[in-house]
Amino acid sequence: MIVASFANVLVWAIWVLAAFACVGTGIAVISFSNPFYSALCLIGNLASLAVLYLLLSAEFVAAAQVLVYAGAVMVMFLFVIAYLGGRADAPWAGGPSWQAVGAIAASAALFVEIVVVIGLKTSGRLSDSAKLHSAYGSPAEIGRLFLTDNLLAFEITSIVLLVAAVGGVILGSHSREHPVEGVGQ
Amino acid sequence: MRGPDVVWYLGVAGFLFCTGALGVLIRRSPLIVLLSLEIMLNGANLALIAFSRHYGRGDGQIFALAVMAVAASEVVVGLGLIVAIARRRLDLDVDKLSTLRG
Repeated sequence: MIVASFANVLVWAIWVLAAFACVGTGIAVISFSNPFYSALCLIGNLASLAVLYLLLSAEFVAAAQVLVYAGAVMVMFLFVIAYLGGRADAPWAGGPSWQAVGAIAASAALFVEIVVVIGLKTSGRLSDSAKLHSAYGSPAEIGRLFLTDNLLAFEITSIVLLVAAVGGVILGSHSREHPVEGVGQ
Repeated sequence: MRGPDVVWYLGVAGFLFCTGALGVLIRRSPLIVLLSLEIMLNGANLALIAFSRHYGRGDGQIFALAVMAVAASEVVVGLGLIVAIARRRLDLDVDKLSTLRG
């Protein structure tokens, strides 16, 4: 019994750490004026989200989160930010101040709405979660679901990725009407 | 289930989503707007995985992985657009980029 309650406290402690890291880095992303620091904070945000996924026993998704986001997407972000030379803009730059006030009010209203809906509609019903079978969240289980029940989603995802790759190549290729200085014919 | 209930995860997910929405509304640099979009997608992902854990079924995780792939595609196209904009020496400001050609 003591071991079980100790594990409970430990999970709570890890959850509090990860959730606060998640919220803090999320706010830091949108408040830094230098996009480089914002991207670094987003990496911290993704890592703490991976911890939350592990607490929800979604091991494969956590690993994919770290590999795909922190490993690939954020590296691309950092490359582009370095390429653009870190043009900074202040967090509240441009636009009249009523726009900033309106934006803050709108997102605060959205958050209140979410909390109220969760509180009203799910009160008590989300307290006892289902028992998990041992394979839950494992790569084998994810692969089985992908290739049996969700095969259509899998194929559509692959087509979306292919279209995005082709689009990225077309956007990145030099257009003929606007040649870049210093590039030979 | 050890530790906090699913509701707590949903609260964090909602807060992340609102943070990302605030970033999209308030920032002018398209790079930061893309980063804020990532935060919104991650909030949605956290809610999906929390519900997947609650019902003990893997379908929510499949949906989360599909969202990850869509986010990666969106970043490829978005960063390609930003680089194309920067190469034409236009301002990186979403308020000034109001016409497609001209």
